Amino acid sequence: MVKQMGDIQAENVEIEKKMREVARSLLIEKEVDVIIGYARGTVPLSSSPIFIKNVEDIDSLIWDNLCYVNLARYVVPPLTEFVDNEKVELKVGIVSKGCVARALIHLAKEKQVDPEKIKIIGIPCNGVVNRRRIEKELGEKEVLEISVSNDQVIVKGKDFEEVLPYQDYLNELCKTCKVKSPPMSSSLSDVIVGESIEISSVEDDFSDLSEYESKTPEEKWEVITELLSDCTRCYACREACPMCYCNLCFVDQNKPIWFGKTSEMSDIIVFHLVRAMHMAGRCVGCGACSSVCPMGIDLKLINRKLEKIVKERFDFTAGLSLDVMPPMMTQKMEDSEDFMLGEH
Amino acid sequence: MNKAVVESKQDEEWQPKIIAFLCNWCSYAGADLAGVSRIQYPPTIRVVRVPCSGRINPFFIIKSLIDGWDGVVVSGCHPGDCHYISGNLVARRRFAIVKELLDFIGIEPDRVHFMWASAAEGELFAVMIRKISELVKKLGPNKKFEKKW
Ligand code: SF4
Ligand code: SF4
Ligand code: FES
Repeated sequence: MVKQMGDIQAENVEIEKKMREVARSLLIEKEVDVIIGYARGTVPLSSSPIFIKNVEDIDSLIWDNLCYVNLARYVVPPLTEFVDNEKVELKVGIVSKGCVARALIHLAKEKQVDPEKIKIIGIPCNGVVNRRRIEKELGEKEVLEISVSNDQVIVKGKDFEEVLPYQDYLNELCKTCKVKSPPMSSSLSDVIVGESIEISSVEDDFSDLSEYESKTPEEKWEVITELLSDCTRCYACREACPMCYCNLCFVDQNKPIWFGKTSEMSDIIVFHLVRAMHMAGRCVGCGACSSVCPMGIDLKLINRKLEKIVKERFDFTAGLSLDVMPPMMTQKMEDSEDFMLGEH
Repeated sequence: MNKAVVESKQDEEWQPKIIAFLCNWCSYAGADLAGVSRIQYPPTIRVVRVPCSGRINPFFIIKSLIDGWDGVVVSGCHPGDCHYISGNLVARRRFAIVKELLDFIGIEPDRVHFMWASAAEGELFAVMIRKISELVKKLGPNKKFEKKW
């Protein structure tokens, strides 16, 4: 579970200050051309990505419990600029909590990101607040302001103020997250600046899944269809995911048409099933998909299962190091065949 | 269809329809061997010949389920025997994930099967198909992906 909290707000202010310092010096030293970070969103309960090239703008960088976007999303394809009619790749500094760094590391393994061209500005994360759950809780009431102090989320609106327990409104995936800062290893020492932790493998018992997994197929189907029944197939979850960078996504393919384009249950479930397949060994558990879902669907059940499969089968956790080959990019003669039909 | 045929159809026990993706270099030949050796197995399977188990896009399996096949079998060369060296090893990792995820969303584990059978294993092929047919039959028709509208 999450560590005993001090004053989260105060911690975040500290983190924000340090992050701005690091970002400022990277820009001044010309180590990077652009900083990607978080800025205040235009509506309450949101944050937005920001691209900063001028040192004067550094103070627009923020860090709080609503920085749910995974910024690794913005470096695939690489950022470029025309200089003297020539396209050059920019060097980018990216504000990275643990999951952003993990996404970048994994993308580097997939050769989508060049580690020479990025600087990971590491920050320790306290977890992000699940804004969809807050919205649900408040119903019609419009939130104008939100703050976190000690272990409470305080939301204010026109004629109301509510205090919610922080733990209950934390993103589900943040509750089980073990990599709150960028994972450091020797091959990354030039890439990561700022906060980091030494971690080579993640211990996890996945006990949060055991109740669901003990269900019968019928019960599972019921839970899953219920969970996804509101999905409108807007694909916001795909758009927010740092790992979804295919030029042509299977849902947009029309030759062959693998499955229907409707939001009928069967089509919805196939969309999520295949999305999950494509995420195995790649999902970094940032929860960005759930945070952006306009229907408030929490995909953590599926994301946790993906983590579990690759951990148990291949002892792999996505995005921890540049030195480990992701399981779906390789194979071994002695891989388990426990799922196959034997002769007896 | 005349009345007698319709009636005899109704009398018949329900038989599952199973789609089998067989690697050209091993299992397809294995099935062929079972045929020429006149080894009996239930007529529940329809074969799709693929060049290697590595050719099988997991979407083949899912699309089969969407299209209403009651069961799916995938069979390739034994590890080490793949015509393309590691096609089946890559496929094996993929299949493990497909299988686990299908179980996870509540598709009965016995609907989708993976196996190895060489060109010499006609007997084994028949045994496996018999077994799979039994398993799928017990589950009844595949209706989960049926469209409601
Ligand atoms: S963001 Fe939500 S509603 Fe949109 S496709 Fe994803 S799960 Fe469905
Ligand atoms: S699937 Fe969701 S949790 Fe996993 S990497 Fe993509 S956005 Fe993050
Ligand atoms: S050739 Fe048969 S599995 Fe690859």
